[in-house]
Amino acid sequence: MGFFNRLFGSEKKASLDQGLAKSKQGVMERISRVFTGKRRIDDDLLEDLEEALILSDVGVDTTEAILGRLRKRATWEAFVDQSELMTMLREEVLGLITKDEDRAWTDSTAYRVPPSDGQPHVIMIVGVNGVGKTTSIAKLAHRYKSSGLKVMLGAADTFRAAAVDQLKVWGQRVGVEVVAQGMGSDPAAVAFDTLQSAVAQKADLVLIDTAGRLHNKVNLMSELGKIKRVMSKVVPEAPHEVWLVLDGSTGQNALEQAKRFTEVTDVTGLVLTKLDGTAKGGVVLAISDQLQVPVRFVGVGEQMGDLQEFHPMEFVDSLLPESFETNP
Amino acid sequence: MFDHLQERFERAFKVLKGHGSITEVNVGETLKEVRKALLDADVDFKTAKEFVKKVKAEALGREVLTAIQPGQLLIKITHEELTKLMGQAAAPLELKGQPASILLAGLQGAGKTTHAGKLAARIAKSGRKPLLVACDVHRPAAVDQLEVVGQSVGVDVYSEPGVKDAVGIATRGMAKAKSEGYGAVIVDTAGRLAIDEVLMDEISAVRKAVQPQETLFVVDAMTGQDAVQTAKAFNERLDFTGVVLTKLDGDARGGAALSIFSVVGKPIKFVGTGEKMDALDVFHPERMADRILGKGDVVSLVERAQQAIDDQEAKRIEAKLRKNTFDLEDFLAQIQQIKKMGNVKDLLGMVPGMGKALKGMDIDDNAFMGIESIIRSMTPKERAEPSIINGSRRGRIAQGSGRSVEDVNRLLKQFQEMKKMMGSMARGGMPKVPGMRMPGRRG
Ligand SMILES: Nc1nc2c(ncn2[C@@H]2O[C@H](COP(=O)(O)OP(=O)(O)OP(=O)(O)O)[C@@H](O)[C@H]2O)c(=O)[nH]1
Ligand SMILES: Nc1nc2c(ncn2[C@@H]2O[C@H](COP(=O)(O)OP(=O)(O)OP(=O)(O)O)[C@@H](O)[C@H]2O)c(=O)[nH]1
Ligand SMILES: [Mg+2]
Ligand SMILES: [Mg+2]
Repeated sequence: MGFFNRLFGSEKKASLDQGLAKSKQGVMERISRVFTGKRRIDDDLLEDLEEALILSDVGVDTTEAILGRLRKRATWEAFVDQSELMTMLREEVLGLITKDEDRAWTDSTAYRVPPSDGQPHVIMIVGVNGVGKTTSIAKLAHRYKSSGLKVMLGAADTFRAAAVDQLKVWGQRVGVEVVAQGMGSDPAAVAFDTLQSAVAQKADLVLIDTAGRLHNKVNLMSELGKIKRVMSKVVPEAPHEVWLVLDGSTGQNALEQAKRFTEVTDVTGLVLTKLDGTAKGGVVLAISDQLQVPVRFVGVGEQMGDLQEFHPMEFVDSLLPESFETNP
Repeated sequence: MFDHLQERFERAFKVLKGHGSITEVNVGETLKEVRKALLDADVDFKTAKEFVKKVKAEALGREVLTAIQPGQLLIKITHEELTKLMGQAAAPLELKGQPASILLAGLQGAGKTTHAGKLAARIAKSGRKPLLVACDVHRPAAVDQLEVVGQSVGVDVYSEPGVKDAVGIATRGMAKAKSEGYGAVIVDTAGRLAIDEVLMDEISAVRKAVQPQETLFVVDAMTGQDAVQTAKAFNERLDFTGVVLTKLDGDARGGAALSIFSVVGKPIKFVGTGEKMDALDVFHPERMADRILGKGDVVSLVERAQQAIDDQEAKRIEAKLRKNTFDLEDFLAQIQQIKKMGNVKDLLGMVPGMGKALKGMDIDDNAFMGIESIIRSMTPKERAEPSIINGSRRGRIAQGSGRSVEDVNRLLKQFQEMKKMMGSMARGGMPKVPGMRMPGRRG
């Protein structure tokens, strides 16, 4: 339970643990039975692992790839005990999310805003509907403001009902300025305005909220391209980063989302939300593997403090059966 | 003509080829692919397993029909079983009482507030005057959002901005609806996790206060393996009456629908297909089955072809082809059949003999119109014996059909070529007559 211990304050944790325990029981029970002592990596074992990974939304292809490699290694080391197997499996899975040789698996992938070059650093937030973009922006603003940066928000979702109000409420709570125009106004114009204000007010960091859009809607996707281009007219390198917000409870479709958003906006980072629920977000393994985009942060609640750094090792442990975690 | 999907499936099912009937061994091999398709669609692990077992039982013993690939039969069985499962309890909204009431519940961001608006618009159209009640006291600007939504569909909204007592708001909203003669109440609630005991208690209390006829579980079609757990947990607390599956305008295959169905057994009453207020549709089990299998086009083509081509007619044509007495009258009848099925380009491939024969003719949908009107301008005798159509007859036919003489010439030439092709195919001892035989219902 390492990951979740780290994620939650004591208050929420009791009920959460209960929920998690309940939710995991079936699979865990079976798998912990499997891992009592040394045993051969056989088909039953692999089947149980397959079930655990698929239940975590890792997906069939990725699961098969992981287990395939495990099987190959097992021909060399046919008998392993729990911790040896754990190590192997971890290595296989971590290899998918951390391609950076210099980075330790225990390191956080949290994003550090580079020292100011006199221009505001701009992060544009994109994603499909309802995944938690606006809330994540509030959380990020809170985090970076707390670290001493002057943060500004741009309300470029001018479409969804009361989207601007929502961001304004968050701006007030966090204590950062929100640049907005009326509902229905041109989102690119809002982004342009925001950057101009940010330059004038010497802001360090700008977060641009965008309307949720499904990745198969061509017009809405090309609108993102336009918002992006307009910003570079104010600050040539802007947006410096484009982060895709993914709902942790989304299944295999997240991979398609990541591909399409990357095609249009060159996504540079991921925020994985709603991991305070029972979903595991295992589909990011495939996304990281195929697109090489790091997960920057994890959302674990609805308040502005509910943002966690992403630690690959802990994440992997949360995907794997409990019996692995207790005895690493 | 069929895209890669068909190919993929035929590859997947190639093990079956050459077998007269589906046997245990080859079913096992091929059902692995079906299982993968289901899991790729986010169908819950256990549900997929059980489902595949069911399909296997169904497939064993069924005879493979002559003119269709065994693989297609398996798809068909899979599709049938999926449809059966999801369609079992399809049911409309139960709206009784004055006012009738609906409670919406679900995870964060699923689409509750948006669908409160869509449902209100729909109910208003049906003649009941709806009232939206804003019981999301948690999310920033949730009340504003519902106000905007209400306004856009012209429906009143009851809200108490700043008040944090969802149960109180619900109670007072119901009271207002009763005293002011509203016909329906739709209660929007905050998104919540199934494991959040405090909020689950809150919504249970709201439900008690409202006593809704319908409690709808709103769920995102993109949801992965977690759908089952969440649906189960909400159902345990709320005993919901139906499901609203949202964001189906995306390209998620929506396996969650199947999982929820098989685990909690509650019907999917509506699907959301967009952010606009009219993007609400009733649930079509067959379409959902297509979608989950990820090859909707292929399956529905099979289905549509089956409906359109009746066996009697197919047999008659087969016989004619064999004897090479296929005439323009038959050709016209075939065109009618094909047109019944919809998109001509896609459908030609469904008719083995016809597809090949017409291939060189570069058929598009409109091309048939010309052909039809030309044939219709011929006498029965001309249709049966095209060889008698001489120059003056051609002129008359062209005039009657509003086409040029060249068009008539082209058609006659093409028909001649087609007949030659069909004749040689029939004589060439094709394994089966290139008729229009489709997998029949009798299967
Ligand atoms: N439990 C939980 N809820 C979250 C988290 N992040 C966001 N939410 C909730 O998810 C819902 C949607 O969040 P928003 O921030 O409005 O999502 P969005 O992507 O901006 O939505 P659109 O702009 O409508 O596309 C809200 O109810 C949030 O409170 C999280 O990490 N955990
Ligand atoms: N494309 C599409 N978007 C939808 C659909 N239904 C809702 N949305 C969008 O999804 C996002 C979330 O919808 P909401 O209605 O705010 O969801 P909610 O369940 O009320 O969210 P919370 O109150 O935060 O839990 C918004 O951007 C909606 O416009 C749909 O069927 N298709
Ligand atoms: Mg938003
Ligand atoms: Mg809402």
